[in-house]
Amino acid sequence: MQWEAVIGLEVHVQLATQSKIFSGAPTTFGAEPNTQACAIDLGMPGMLPVFNGKALEMAVRFGLAIGAHINKVSVFDRKNYFYPDLPKGYQISQLDHPIVETGHIDILLDNGETKRIGVTRAHLEEDAGKSLHEDFHGMTGIDLNRAGTPLLEIVSEPDLRSAKEAVAYLRKLHAIITYLGISDGDMSQGSMRCDCNVSVRPKGQTELGTRTEIKNVNSFRFVEKAINHEIERQIELIEDGGKVVQETRLYDSERDETRSMRSKEFANDYRYFPDPDLLPVEIDDAYIERIRETLPELPEAKQARFQSQYGLNATDASILAGSREQADYFEMAAEVAGDARLAANWVMGEVAKFLNQHDLDIGRCPVSAEALGQLIQRIRDNTISGKIAKDVFEAMWAGEGSADEIIDKRGLKQVTDTGAIEAIVDEVIANNAPQVEQYRASDDAKRGKLIGFFVGQVMKASKGKANPQLVNQVLRQKLDS
Amino acid sequence: MDVRKLTLKQAIDGLSAGTFSAEELARSWLTTIRESDSALNSFVTLDEEYTLAQAREADRKRTSGEVLPLAGVPVAYKDIFCTQGLKTTACSKILGNFVPPYESTVTQKLKEAGAICLGKTNMDEFAMGSSNESSFFGPARNPWDTDRVPGGSSGGSAAAVAAGLAPAALGTDTGGSIRQPAAFCGITGMKPTYGRVSRRGIIAFASSLDQAGPMTRTAEDAAILLNHMCGRDPWDSTSSSEAVPDFTAELANSLKGKVLGLPKEYFAGELDSGIADALDAARKVLEQMGVTFREISLPHTHLAVPAYYVIAPAEASANLARYDGVRFGYRCENPQNLDDLYTRSRAEGFGEEVKRRILVGTYALSAGYYDAYYRKAQQIRRLIRDDFLKAFEEVDAIFCPTTPDVAFRLGEKTDDPVKMYQEDLFTIPVSLAGLPALSMPCGLVNGLPAGVQLVAPHFEESRLLNIAHQFQTETDWHTLQPGQKGA
Repeated sequence: MQWEAVIGLEVHVQLATQSKIFSGAPTTFGAEPNTQACAIDLGMPGMLPVFNGKALEMAVRFGLAIGAHINKVSVFDRKNYFYPDLPKGYQISQLDHPIVETGHIDILLDNGETKRIGVTRAHLEEDAGKSLHEDFHGMTGIDLNRAGTPLLEIVSEPDLRSAKEAVAYLRKLHAIITYLGISDGDMSQGSMRCDCNVSVRPKGQTELGTRTEIKNVNSFRFVEKAINHEIERQIELIEDGGKVVQETRLYDSERDETRSMRSKEFANDYRYFPDPDLLPVEIDDAYIERIRETLPELPEAKQARFQSQYGLNATDASILAGSREQADYFEMAAEVAGDARLAANWVMGEVAKFLNQHDLDIGRCPVSAEALGQLIQRIRDNTISGKIAKDVFEAMWAGEGSADEIIDKRGLKQVTDTGAIEAIVDEVIANNAPQVEQYRASDDAKRGKLIGFFVGQVMKASKGKANPQLVNQVLRQKLDS
Repeated sequence: MDVRKLTLKQAIDGLSAGTFSAEELARSWLTTIRESDSALNSFVTLDEEYTLAQAREADRKRTSGEVLPLAGVPVAYKDIFCTQGLKTTACSKILGNFVPPYESTVTQKLKEAGAICLGKTNMDEFAMGSSNESSFFGPARNPWDTDRVPGGSSGGSAAAVAAGLAPAALGTDTGGSIRQPAAFCGITGMKPTYGRVSRRGIIAFASSLDQAGPMTRTAEDAAILLNHMCGRDPWDSTSSSEAVPDFTAELANSLKGKVLGLPKEYFAGELDSGIADALDAARKVLEQMGVTFREISLPHTHLAVPAYYVIAPAEASANLARYDGVRFGYRCENPQNLDDLYTRSRAEGFGEEVKRRILVGTYALSAGYYDAYYRKAQQIRRLIRDDFLKAFEEVDAIFCPTTPDVAFRLGEKTDDPVKMYQEDLFTIPVSLAGLPALSMPCGLVNGLPAGVQLVAPHFEESRLLNIAHQFQTETDWHTLQPGQKGA
């Protein structure tokens, strides 16, 4: 039987506010445990939440960026459950009246088509603290630094049909939030966490299958693996005559499998009700318009501009516009280089390759966009060949200096002096008499093929520094005469 | 010096005239408390050095020429107001050892006005009760008859002021917790408009209803104290930014032409005839001062108690979830695992009434019951509010009993929670509507005080204080103290 997967994502994005969503405590990551939690975060008696206007602004920015409806009245609710890292015994969230509703995010499919993914809602809530189970000898440590950190929970429609689409959606979402500057989007630090709702059904069936939820997957790669694994598990289960149980599952990246969490976890009745400590959040059109005016160029607009302004194809433009940092890097390199096409190839080629190898993102690339632009200039003005440029780039990556310094120090400057090239060509012709004879006996078509041998010999003798066009030219002159 | 009869106003005047120093005054009251409070149990925490240090500081400031409006005036605080460095328990075992590292906004404001904290007063546990019998520290008693309850939840504050153990006290009122004990103990108590006074640093019972207010012997004292309690607090989102007037400014205004409403639902079956007579007499006094009375109807009154006992417990069930034995407060011995830590800490730390309300509230919010209880109760709440707003189109304020009966005996209603809840049937509707209301003494019934309740439109506290003050210039019920029966 042909199966179809149906996937929806719930993504928690940590908003980049200076202070917490309901208190003045700082949100900095990585501080000593419990040094960034004030009396409000600790749920001390009589302490009250006060809503951080910055978090509201960021949520509205996101809503506008995905063409969503912004609710002029949104309401905070209490979600009640007991957990040691939840100081008040309830989490302040939004249930019936979230700040953002019904938007969409467009993703680019492998076949070049664009697919629109619905965003059901995005609501504001506070994060919990962390329970630390190691190093406490049978006890649990609680770190409440993260308690009260603002989160935007973004819920998609079940419009995704494969793990690849899910990752494309997630990448696009990541691009949007980082373009907007509302989150650092750092998945390794938990700034973006993903819950995946997965179900399968026979292809052609409209009714949805029973879904499972995979909690807290924390990288693009794991999202893809976790979903693929879960789809396989469900199909196998059904084909073996079993039934999918609605449950929460955990993805174990070490074993590459999902497994069921304790059943107690999802039997919770959260007893939501409007938080009487907080008034409904009311905003007006003027507020929304003020924020709309400050929106930056977003990924789609940037991609379109890259196509029209630089003549790039859709795929390349989409890759380059994939993150604000990468787009900015590319544009700077293109400007310095004076050739956008070449700059695009380098950013997607060598730069991406090195970043990947060293597991870095472009923000931490040791070769700056300006430096890359200067390197490309040296290709354009024939100082070095594209091949030599790759060696220079490697040296630049290693911190050996600028392109010019490295070219100079290593003597990589291309030989464009016709006299010098003629000397090498003469030597090659003298040393390869049989090949010369064969060449001269051939017709034009065959000569075209044979010339490659001589070019190779000359390049080898010049240690790659001879200008290939000149070499060709001189060889033709001498051999054909 | 016998300070028992001293009003807040007289204390302020005496201090500024130099008749006594703040330290002398504080010592006199502390001595009086030491001598008399064992029969009343109105205070649960006294720290003489804590109080005297503040008194000496007030004297020092006065000598150096810094004149604060309440400089050196001692005020007793219900044990629900967090006081920095002084134990604050809400009279619960679960907070039995809690010393707040911060000061509530209200007490901070009073401190900045120069007031000093005389001690912390007894109350029903987490303000849940109408008799002070649910206190972990044992019940406070009514100074008019120590076999009777002082009312609740602010029973300790009411008893202390009535017995002359403090010139003034702070209470909180969620469904009548200031007004009912004020009525039972024969003092003046006011619940301001919801939002007038910041709730920050007040241990929460029901957030949409809790409101702090003054408990004093006279309306004038209430106005003076209220002047230093109100205003927008950036740390309480529900505090109002409505301008705060000088609440003493209208005290002397004539009542001529004022129209007071008599809600017929409040004068029906449940009302004790002695209280009805006392209210009748009070009404005649006011009529002679130029007030006219008009019968009005608040048709949804009978729904108020049921709605309140859904909303307040629902909010409380969440507000009290933080007392889990993890970060502060009581933790059970040798917890075996997390569930054991939670269940035993809470089972051992909370009293019966608190547990009952947590259960009721949890139930009302549960899946499948939310619409039938919580949502319905909120709808009723709106209807009750609309009743009042409609009435205020016709009348300046409402005149009605505070309680259906005078103070009852200890133990009389503890076995019947519903009967106990009915105690508050005249105060609860006002709380649900968020309106300001005041209770003041208007007579004695079998030697026990009867209270009249005045209710005004939102933010019209001054109107209530004006009516009460004018009434108190014509009568002397407010000057009676226990042990002077028949005065």
